[in-house]
Amino acid sequence: MDNILVTKEVTKQYGKHLALNKVSLEIPKNSIYGLLGPNGAGKTTLIRIINQITFPDKGEVYFDGELLKPKHISMIGYLPEERGLYKGMKVGEQALYLAQLKGLSKVEAKKRLMYWFERLDIGDWWNKKVQELSKGMAQKIQFIVTILHEPKLLIFDEPFSGFDPINANIIKDEILNLKEKGTSIIFSTHRMESVEELCEYIALIHQSEKILDGKLSDIKKAYKNNIFRVGLQAENVDLLLTEISDKFNISKVGVDALENQLDFTIQIPANDSGEILAFFANRSNINQFTEIIPSANEIFIQTVQDKDANE
Amino acid sequence: MNKLPIIIKREYLAKVRNKSFVIMTFLSPILMVAMVVLIAYLTKINDNQKRIIGVFNESDYFSNDFNTTESTSYVLFKDVSLQAAKDSTAHMGYYGLLHIPYEDELEKVAAHSYFYTKETPSSSVLEQLEHVFQARLRERRLQDMGVSSSEFAQMDKKYEINTETFEGEQNLKGVNEIKAIIGGGFGYLIMMFIIIYGGFVMRSVIEEKTSRIIEVIISSVKPFQLMMGKIIGTSLAGITQFAIWIVSATLLLFVAFAIFDIDPTTLNNGAEVTGGMAGNMMPSVPTPNQTIQAYAQELFKIPWAMLICFFVVYFILGYLIYSSIYAAIGAAVDNETDTQQFIFPIILPLMLAIYVGFFSVFSNPHGPIAVGFSLFPLTSPIVMLMRLPGGIGEGGVPIWELVVSILLLIVTFLGIVWFAAKIYRVGILMYGKKPTYKELFKWIKY
Repeated sequence: MDNILVTKEVTKQYGKHLALNKVSLEIPKNSIYGLLGPNGAGKTTLIRIINQITFPDKGEVYFDGELLKPKHISMIGYLPEERGLYKGMKVGEQALYLAQLKGLSKVEAKKRLMYWFERLDIGDWWNKKVQELSKGMAQKIQFIVTILHEPKLLIFDEPFSGFDPINANIIKDEILNLKEKGTSIIFSTHRMESVEELCEYIALIHQSEKILDGKLSDIKKAYKNNIFRVGLQAENVDLLLTEISDKFNISKVGVDALENQLDFTIQIPANDSGEILAFFANRSNINQFTEIIPSANEIFIQTVQDKDANE
Repeated sequence: MNKLPIIIKREYLAKVRNKSFVIMTFLSPILMVAMVVLIAYLTKINDNQKRIIGVFNESDYFSNDFNTTESTSYVLFKDVSLQAAKDSTAHMGYYGLLHIPYEDELEKVAAHSYFYTKETPSSSVLEQLEHVFQARLRERRLQDMGVSSSEFAQMDKKYEINTETFEGEQNLKGVNEIKAIIGGGFGYLIMMFIIIYGGFVMRSVIEEKTSRIIEVIISSVKPFQLMMGKIIGTSLAGITQFAIWIVSATLLLFVAFAIFDIDPTTLNNGAEVTGGMAGNMMPSVPTPNQTIQAYAQELFKIPWAMLICFFVVYFILGYLIYSSIYAAIGAAVDNETDTQQFIFPIILPLMLAIYVGFFSVFSNPHGPIAVGFSLFPLTSPIVMLMRLPGGIGEGGVPIWELVVSILLLIVTFLGIVWFAAKIYRVGILMYGKKPTYKELFKWIKY
C-alpha cells in the first residue's frame, strides 16, 4: 500500500507535558483518514508537526516517501480548527494574499479563486469586508483558500463547525469530490457521524498515544461481539419468550402481545447462527435478524474508557 | 518563491489604508502647525504689549538713563506733586510710577526712591530698574575713587573668554548644547518611532491571534518570516507617515507664516528673552548678527551627511531590536490590556536614554556616563546620536566607541531577534492565558 504520509514514533514534549508519545501512523494515498481523539489528546500537535509549524523531538515524518521538508509545505493544505480571517480586509484581497503565501502566482490565484467563488456561489463577496460576513460565509472562504493550491494532502480540523446543514453538505460533497480527484485527506473531528460517512481509515489518539488505527471496516469487525437484533412473530409470544430466555442469554426485550411481536438482542457464539436461526424458525416467523455492528462513536468511547480503566 | 515581500506588502497596505492612519497622517501636521502658529502668534502679541512707566524724577541724577526700549517706554513727570503723579499714573493706566526724590547725594536718592504699582510688579521690570540704579551707583563710587566717566566707560567692557580646540578651531559657547539638541532631536525621533510603531506591530500580532488567522498563515510561512514581514511592513508605513508629516508640515508652516505675517525669527528671540534684554542695556556687546553667523557656521560644520548615515544605521538597528520585542509581547498575550506589565521594561531604557542623554550629554558629551550609555545597546541609538553632531575622531566621538557601539548593537539585535522569534513562534499558538516571565523563558526551549 502506497502511503502519502508516514509518521514513525513521533514524540513531542512541552516542558513536563508529553504531548505525543511514539505515535506511528500510515496514511494511505487517496483516502480519507479520520484522526480521532478526545480534547487535549495530541491531535493538534500532530497536525502542527505535519504542517511543520512545530517539530518533533524524536521520530520522523515522511511525506510521499521523502523525509518531510519545507518544500512540502506547498503540497499540504491545512484548515485549522481555530481559524479566522483579517477582519478589516476585503474578501478577495485576503484570499489572494493567503493563496500567494501558499506559493501561487497572483494571476493563477485569481483565476482559481474566481472559479471557486463561482462554484460555491459566493462570487459577489469579492469586495466585501470580512467583518460583514457571517461565520459560515467566512468558513467557506477559508475552505476555498485551503484547497486552492491543489495540495496532495489536505488536513481538515473540524471542517463542518460553523456551517448550517445545507452548507455542511456542500462542503462534504466537495471533500468527497477532492478525494475522487486523487487527494489524500486527514480529517480530524469529534462528529462521529461524519467519520462513519467519510472515513475509510481512522486512528484514535488518547493521552498522547495512538491506541487504535486501521481500516474503519476492519476495526468494526474486530469490535463486533456477535450480537444480533432479533424480531420474531408468534401466536403465543409469552410462551416463546419463556422458552427462549431459558435456553439463551437475551437482553433488551420488547413484547407486543397485540401484534404478536417479540424483539430482543442476543449474543451467539461465533459461526453458530444457523442452529439458532433454525430454532427460531421452527417456532415463529423471523422478521428481523441483524448483526449489531458498533458505531465509530461506540468504538471511540469504549476504547478510551478501556484504556482509562487499565491505568 | 520568497514570501517575505508578499507579507511586507500586505502589512504595509493594511496599515496605510487604515482609516485612523490616514486621519492621523493628514491631521497631525495641521495640528502641529496650528500649535506652532498659535505659539508664535501669542508670543507676538505678548511682545507687542508695551509697558509704560511713569518716572517722577526730582533729583539731579538719572536724567538720561530711562530710555524707551522695545518693551518699555518711560513717561517723565515734571513739576507736579507726588500725589498728582501717582493719580495720573493710575488714571492713564500706566504700569507703575518710579519716584526719585531730591536728595543731595546719589546714595540717599537711591535709598529713598520708590516704585509704585497697582499690583506686585513683575520681576523683569524691577530688574530693569535696579540695573539702572546699580550702574549709576557703581559709576559714582568709582568717580569717588578717582575714575572719570570716560575711564569708566572704557573699563566696563563685557568680557568673554576665547576658546579654541587644539587644532585651532574656534569654539563657541553653547555649541555643545546646540549639537546635543540636534542629536537629541534625532534620538527623540527614534524613541517616538519605536514607541508608536512598536505598538502598532504589537497590536497587529494580537489582532492575528484574536482573529485566529495566525494558524492559517503559519501553515504556509515560517513564524520568523511573518514576524519580520510585519516589522518591516509596519516600519515602512511609519516612514511613509513621517515623510508625509515632514513635507506637509514644512509646506504648511511656510504658508501659515505667510498668512499670519509672522517672522519665524520671532520664535528664536522668544527663547532668548534675557539675552535680548542684556543686549539692549549694554550696547557694548558685539552685534548679535555676528554671533548668529558664527553659530550658523558652526551648524554648517556639523557633519550632516555622517549624522544622517548613522541616524539611519542606529534607527534601523534600534527599531528592529525594540519592535521584535514588541512582536514577542504581542505573541505572548491575548489582549492589549495584558501587555502593560511587559511594556514597562521596554519603555524604561528608552526613557532613561532620553533623560540621561539630555542631562549628561548636554553638559559633557564625552563624560563617562555619556560614553557608557552610548555603548549600551538598548540606549545607544538615542544617546550616541546625541553625541555624534560633535563629529567623529579628534574632538568628537572616538572611532573605537562608535565601532564598539554598533557591534554591540548588531550582536544584541541578533540575540534579541532570535529570542523574540522563539517566544513569538510559541506564543502565537497559545491562547487563553497570560504567561509569566518564567513561562516565557521556558518557551525558548520548546
